[in-house]
Amino acid sequence: MTTALIFLPLAGALLVWLLPLPGRVSGVLATLIALAEVALFAVAVRQFDFGQNLQLEDRQSWFSDLGVSYHVGFFGFSLWLAGLTVVVCAAAIGYAAWANRERARAYQGLLLFLTGSIVGVFAAQDLLVFYVFFEAMLIPLYVLIGVWGGERRVFATVKFVVYTMAGSLLMLASIIVFGLSQGTFDLVDSGVSSNNWVFLGFLAAFAVKAPLFPFHGWLVDAYRESPPEVAAILSGVVSKAAVYGLFRIAIAKFPEPVESFQVPILVAAATGLVYASLLAFRARDLRSVTAYSSMAQMGLIVLGLFSLNELGVNGAILQSVAHGLVSATLFLLAGMLETRTGTSAFARLGGMARGRPDLATVLLVVGVIALAVPGSVSFAGEFLILAGIYAEGWAWAAIGAGAIVLAAMYMLRLISAVLHRSRGEAVREEALDLRPAELAVVLPLLAALLFLSASPNSITERNFPIQGSDVSEAAP
Amino acid sequence: MIDAPKVDWLALSPTLALLGAAGVALLVSVIGPAWFRRAFAAFVAFAGFVTAGVLAGVLLDRTPDAQPLLNESMTRDRWAALAALILAGAGALSVLVSWGETRRDHAGEYYALLAAAGAGMVFFVGASNLMTLFLGLEWFSLALYILCALDTHRATSLEAGLKYLIVGSFGSGILLFGSALVYGATGELGFAEIAAAGATDDALLLAGLAMIVAGLGFKASAAPFHMWTPDVYQGAPTSVTAFMSAATKVAALVLTLRILTVAFPEQEHLWTIAVAVIAIVSLAVGNIAALVQHDVKRLLAYSSVSHAGFMLIAVAANSELGGRALLYYLIPYSAMSIGSFAVVAARERELGVPVTLDNLGGFLWERPFLGASMWVFLLGLMGMPLTGGLVGKFYVFSAAYEAGLWWLVVAGVIGTAISLTYYLRVLLAMWTRPEPAALRPLVVGGSPPRDPLLAGAVLASLVVTIGSFVFVQPLIELARDAASSLPF
Repeated sequence: MTTALIFLPLAGALLVWLLPLPGRVSGVLATLIALAEVALFAVAVRQFDFGQNLQLEDRQSWFSDLGVSYHVGFFGFSLWLAGLTVVVCAAAIGYAAWANRERARAYQGLLLFLTGSIVGVFAAQDLLVFYVFFEAMLIPLYVLIGVWGGERRVFATVKFVVYTMAGSLLMLASIIVFGLSQGTFDLVDSGVSSNNWVFLGFLAAFAVKAPLFPFHGWLVDAYRESPPEVAAILSGVVSKAAVYGLFRIAIAKFPEPVESFQVPILVAAATGLVYASLLAFRARDLRSVTAYSSMAQMGLIVLGLFSLNELGVNGAILQSVAHGLVSATLFLLAGMLETRTGTSAFARLGGMARGRPDLATVLLVVGVIALAVPGSVSFAGEFLILAGIYAEGWAWAAIGAGAIVLAAMYMLRLISAVLHRSRGEAVREEALDLRPAELAVVLPLLAALLFLSASPNSITERNFPIQGSDVSEAAP
Repeated sequence: MIDAPKVDWLALSPTLALLGAAGVALLVSVIGPAWFRRAFAAFVAFAGFVTAGVLAGVLLDRTPDAQPLLNESMTRDRWAALAALILAGAGALSVLVSWGETRRDHAGEYYALLAAAGAGMVFFVGASNLMTLFLGLEWFSLALYILCALDTHRATSLEAGLKYLIVGSFGSGILLFGSALVYGATGELGFAEIAAAGATDDALLLAGLAMIVAGLGFKASAAPFHMWTPDVYQGAPTSVTAFMSAATKVAALVLTLRILTVAFPEQEHLWTIAVAVIAIVSLAVGNIAALVQHDVKRLLAYSSVSHAGFMLIAVAANSELGGRALLYYLIPYSAMSIGSFAVVAARERELGVPVTLDNLGGFLWERPFLGASMWVFLLGLMGMPLTGGLVGKFYVFSAAYEAGLWWLVVAGVIGTAISLTYYLRVLLAMWTRPEPAALRPLVVGGSPPRDPLLAGAVLASLVVTIGSFVFVQPLIELARDAASSLPF
């Protein structure tokens, strides 16, 4: 089952690449494959027993002398992250099909390849398999940004490559040291380690990927230069690979180093949270605000993870899903605005609400969820994270709460700069409201957000089989 | 009646098959009709490599234990057999790549020399005595010198041949001088006898060891003995470069590990460090110099220097796992190397000018199969997933860490990080079409030249590159059996 979930999009990518179909048709084909993947995920959820730990396992020896096997499976929390992936990627692929990108076959194939690799990351239960999918996920991203990106795409790509690969290679060294000293690379079979250096190697990769302050140098360029649907996947889903890695590997396998580095990591996360929120407030365009808010949210999620108790971790997972949906929707909306106005700079936008009710409603709803208004899924997530981190010291919770105020400031500024005020110079009178196809892409994401807002416990009660215990028992 | 020594013909058969092929091809290229020469010589050379490969496979299967050969001047073991198998594969692919090279004269001699070089390499990897070592080295080197200079109408080809001849002879000279010193110190020529002679801290012996390592370093194009590599790789006919980049490295590195472990086990504390230093220098020089290259062949040449560094990490580990890692690494590496040079050759034949990052622009759209294959090869050289390159690096680093050389892992990781930058430049260059029309392909009014044999070689390389990622277990078992015939 898990293998099918990983390889359906990969096989789909191959199909899209090889079939000599016209651009539109291959876009439709890719969308159908992505929807099939969502359906397959729904089947997986039905099969999943949330009272148990690791399930839907597939295991096959790869090379036995070093103890490496192809081992995949899902925990409750990783299943939700995979679900986020397939939903967001389906929306992104659908949007790309509608926008009809140049060289659609290559483009759609890469998006499908990306989908499969990200699902693979969330399913990996062997360190080398994890590394393989983690890297495989970066290859299509390099191309998608480097070839289809904006004007400064090459610069953005090189920056992104240098940051991510530096992190990944440190992780490879750590994987080798950890695996050889454990005698196996399997995440289920291996024990825990107390080696600080190995821990830091893993941490580097995940800190870059998240990104965690101060490893965020690649963030704005990559988010700003990539096509909107790629930015949606990058901020909504790929950053969650870091969440999975931090929880499944860094926290689960290195209890002692986690204890000793907890405070520095919390400091970095809190600094990133406040700093990115301030930057988001100062940013001059829609994409930058979304990018920095994404970084701020990752800081909050890391705060939750490293509270090291179940409340915090549960909140971090919920917030990961919520933020993934929010940020993907915002980037897709940014793309839709850009096709209408040719810019995402606030100075040239404004007044778009008049005569465009659908756009205004969608943006307002997403924005309000993003600023964590009580009753929204983000509020539930942030509340759990703050409650969890409160146990580590009230000051962390105070910083987190302060950042939520900042979030309200920058999100309201964004909404008003796009929708209200007088009509911006880039906004033409005849610029259309959201088209049905665009609504078809955005509304499912919005529906998922509203559903989770109504019942956030559909995720939080299904993350871990053991409820109400401390994370060391709940952790895999 | 004279007692003739018993000759194990099977053990020598891969060499003899290639030598026979070389002889037949040469004869036909002299006496055969002109129209017949090229096709026949190519076919004979290909058949020779395939036969040698099959015979090496039989040897691999039938040699559970190492046996001395020809009065102990050679060894029949799985280490040599697996290396011969890789060499034969590399040679066969090179013949396919060569076919499309339009050469007015010397077409027959070209294939004869290719087979002769292959024969020399197969002979060389089985050497277990300083005499046979030198004989094999000169045998394949002489053939390669001529091959590099074969395109006599191109100045760069002549330059490449001359440079390789001078620098290569210098390397051979150093190796020979080193051998003489070792012989002087121990009075022995055989690898095992040198170890048994036990002159451990003799300055003569140590000087000889250092010179032998340097001499082999020239052939493996490890820095600082790599100076000839970029010029020769760039100037030589691309099909020759493809063959050299894979086969010469296989031969030199496989023999390096053999001579070091068999003949100099007492000095391992010295040569592991020396090899580790050479590995680090190769990683640094290869990767940093490649950053500024514009010519794709030159860039790949520096990349091959850096890969020599990676493989020397496995040699420095001086362990059974290191041997396994080396042999495993060589399999996808040979495929990726030949494949990438084959793609460059295809582009070169299409454009009629040297391939640079500029005129590679848009290649992926013009020739999707070759372009996508090039992508896979470069990703493999980067050590990215879905290629054997990743598993190779993983094994090499594991071997180094297991041997306690964690700093070599760090060096390898840094080297890989640097290498990404220049591989990525090539990768992205293939996507974007260049702006000026001057860079459009020279082929006017028609599709690019069809070359099914080259495409076949690229496909085979692709299969090996990806297959070695999926089927690690059988390959590693082969490599383990082979490595177990060396005394670690």
